[in-house]
Amino acid sequence: MDFTEEQIERYSRHIILPEVGGKGQAKLLGAKVFALGAGGLGSPALMYLAAAGVGKIGVADADAVDLSNLQRQIIHNNTRIGVPKVESAKQTINELNPDVEVEAINKRLTVDNIREVIRDYDVILDGSDNFPTRFLMNDACFFEKKPLVSGSMFRFDGQVAIFSGHEDDKPCYRCLYPEPPPVGLVPSCQEAGVLGALAGVIGVLQAVEAIKLVLSIGDDLKGHLMIFDALGMSFRKVKVRKDPNCALCGDSATIKELTEYEQATCEFNPADV
Amino acid sequence: MKIKINGEDKTIADGLTISMLLDDLNIKKVGIAVEVNREIVPKTTHDKVLVNEGDVIEIVRMVGGG
Repeated sequence: MDFTEEQIERYSRHIILPEVGGKGQAKLLGAKVFALGAGGLGSPALMYLAAAGVGKIGVADADAVDLSNLQRQIIHNNTRIGVPKVESAKQTINELNPDVEVEAINKRLTVDNIREVIRDYDVILDGSDNFPTRFLMNDACFFEKKPLVSGSMFRFDGQVAIFSGHEDDKPCYRCLYPEPPPVGLVPSCQEAGVLGALAGVIGVLQAVEAIKLVLSIGDDLKGHLMIFDALGMSFRKVKVRKDPNCALCGDSATIKELTEYEQATCEFNPADV
Repeated sequence: MKIKINGEDKTIADGLTISMLLDDLNIKKVGIAVEVNREIVPKTTHDKVLVNEGDVIEIVRMVGGG
């Protein structure tokens, strides 16, 4: 592809990297990345994907911007309160980089629409705020054969992984956590709180992994879980193998189609050890 | 035998499976994954996999916020 002069300047710090180069930048401009959620994790992830020149970015979120979001959801701002999050996100992305085409989906993804929505994309990011949606997206990505860059956070803790259960020897979300925690035993995100800047750490790690997948460079997080502890300021990288008994991607899988779980909130909090 | 769990040294009985260890320590089995020596042990095998001397175990909690 031919870059415009403006693009050569805009992406010069990428193009100069041997691992990226003009070829890699062209890959990014041709890439399609989808983010579920324009919230805490989606905000920084979307902004860095846009800045990197990912050619098409899809984002789905059914919520509108609320004042209590702005402590961490930095793609939005004071003037956007009450505006659908995907519209606010689209505006920020357009202002950041006109090279990016944005598909803004202002609704909840369900069993009925999720596969079709993600089908056209190369890489999927999950920054959703509840377990049922996380399981739904994991299963949808498995059936559509898409790599899922998963990020999640709670209070001061974050987790990042790439689930790719459709590949031989790569785990899916269910290999790590077979089922959502029971509804009703879970404190709500609102009650529990989250450190705003933690969203930046985790969301940006998702963007880094998505960009590496597009570029096919480095070691990706497939088969690993990265656990971040903001209070202890430590990262721990743990191996996650494909579970041969996994109900979705294992040898004798029992899940053959998408199922919708009841809505629960953001962390199950078992008794302390 | 001696193991380390969530950063703390513990002495436990020999011959325990992961599942039995969780029961002994009163750890509820929902909403967690178990990491042994930097590797997740699939939940579907917790009834079979034995805890070994010197294992470093971490209980990883499911986190779902975004």
